Amino acid sequence: MSDLQSQDYVRRSASTMTPPQARSAEDQVAKLIDVSRCIGCKACQSACMEWNNLRQDIGHFEGSYQNPDDLSPDVWTLMKFAEYENEQGNLEWLIRKDGCMHCEDPGCLKACPAPGAIVQYANGIVDFISDKCIGCGYCVKGCPFDIPRISKKDHKSYKCTLCSDRVSVGLEPACVKACPTGAIMFGSKTDMKSWAEERIVDLKSRGFEQAGLYDPQEVGGTHVMYVLHHADKPSLYSGLPDKPQISPVVMAWKGIIKPIAVVGVALAALAGFFHWITEGPNEVTEEDEAEGKRVLDEAEKTP
Amino acid sequence: MSSSKTVIIRYTKVNRINHWITAICFVLLTLSGLAMFHPMLFWLSGLFGGGQWMRAAHPWIGCLLLLSYLGLIVQFWRENLVHKNDVEWLKQMRFVVANDEGHVPPVGRNNAGQKFVFWSMTLLIPVLFFSGLVIWEVYFGEATSIPVQRAAVLIHSLAAIAAILVWVVHVYAAIWVRDSVRAMTQGYVTPGWAWRHHRTWLREVANGEHGKDVIRKRP
Repeated sequence: MSDLQSQDYVRRSASTMTPPQARSAEDQVAKLIDVSRCIGCKACQSACMEWNNLRQDIGHFEGSYQNPDDLSPDVWTLMKFAEYENEQGNLEWLIRKDGCMHCEDPGCLKACPAPGAIVQYANGIVDFISDKCIGCGYCVKGCPFDIPRISKKDHKSYKCTLCSDRVSVGLEPACVKACPTGAIMFGSKTDMKSWAEERIVDLKSRGFEQAGLYDPQEVGGTHVMYVLHHADKPSLYSGLPDKPQISPVVMAWKGIIKPIAVVGVALAALAGFFHWITEGPNEVTEEDEAEGKRVLDEAEKTP
Repeated sequence: MSSSKTVIIRYTKVNRINHWITAICFVLLTLSGLAMFHPMLFWLSGLFGGGQWMRAAHPWIGCLLLLSYLGLIVQFWRENLVHKNDVEWLKQMRFVVANDEGHVPPVGRNNAGQKFVFWSMTLLIPVLFFSGLVIWEVYFGEATSIPVQRAAVLIHSLAAIAAILVWVVHVYAAIWVRDSVRAMTQGYVTPGWAWRHHRTWLREVANGEHGKDVIRKRP
């Protein structure tokens, strides 16, 4: 969205100075998606389309309830349907609402080369400031969850904003508002975690011994969390990463190599400059010209 | 100095045009590439009409660079073949940087430093081209998996930094060794320049091994 909230950035892409953060006394927010209460109705998908005015082109039936088949510049959240046969041989239909996880340490923001195109507000929401986006696709490489999608129409990157426009005026995200079963909750991160605890106790009492909260610490925790019945195996849920982390390749590229490279190039240029002012130019002398002429003249005479 | 009335053609018109197309592409790629590499240099994107234009233009300039450099390879590969005396020359580098070429074995058309620049770029430019294709979002964004793209972007950055370092050496050497720039702008050097820096080549030229018309009256 736009930069309505430009005074409460805690992180700003491609910025070497501290971002403006005067209005930062905000609660950390989180969306809690309780997979065990989801009925797969896709009200959240519709609400997301509706609030954000997104319309995906009509696609094709892919043999699954999942529709459209993937996230896109026009699909910021998507119910992913997985059929899982458990140890008892029973079918479990694992439905997970996919979308941006709003990492505390966002890989997209780390990778982005355009100053201010990706920001994180004090409440933890990671937002794309689209007019600053240059469409390079680096965020796609930075993201551990395969979320951002680059539009072929305007060459901008898009993803869930956690309805930052709604949240900034005290409303809950559209998907939360639309969910008929209360499977999607929204509030302060602390409240969401204690609510999740209650749910997990309940799930365990009903035989889901591995129930737990998905709030991966490898990315500093996320501002979208899941309650999973199989928290020991997140990948069952349509490939939710077991241990999501910003790729070490991205960390190298966006970490130590940047200053070393810039300093290295600067030093090479400086070395040249200091060589010039100490040794000076390598100039041709009169004697060289005389010798050169002699070689040419001698050759002319010999044949 | 340089009072000679006779000059030797070192680079033909085709050589020079091809070289400078490559040079312009390389400079533009360096400016736009560094803008996307380090936040402190993002302001360079203004030279290209803004970040979006820069992102769109960079890969196309890269394609042109590859084509142009292929032209240079065709024209220059033979004279950059490495010989035994190149090793000798490298061993005497300390005299070279001290402007004391009397202690250095006589050099043919190119010295070991020039050959290093040529072969480094011959290696790096194709690496940059192919890694660049993988991360060319507009056309190849979905052609490879994300882990492959991550590796490509890292390789692209490292190869680019290496190429820029080689380029700094190339540019400084051209400035430092006086009248080298004229060889690539106007095409000629004086016999004294050839005597001082490329003595074996001068003898070859004198013996007519490079054709009669390389020795001319000063334009």
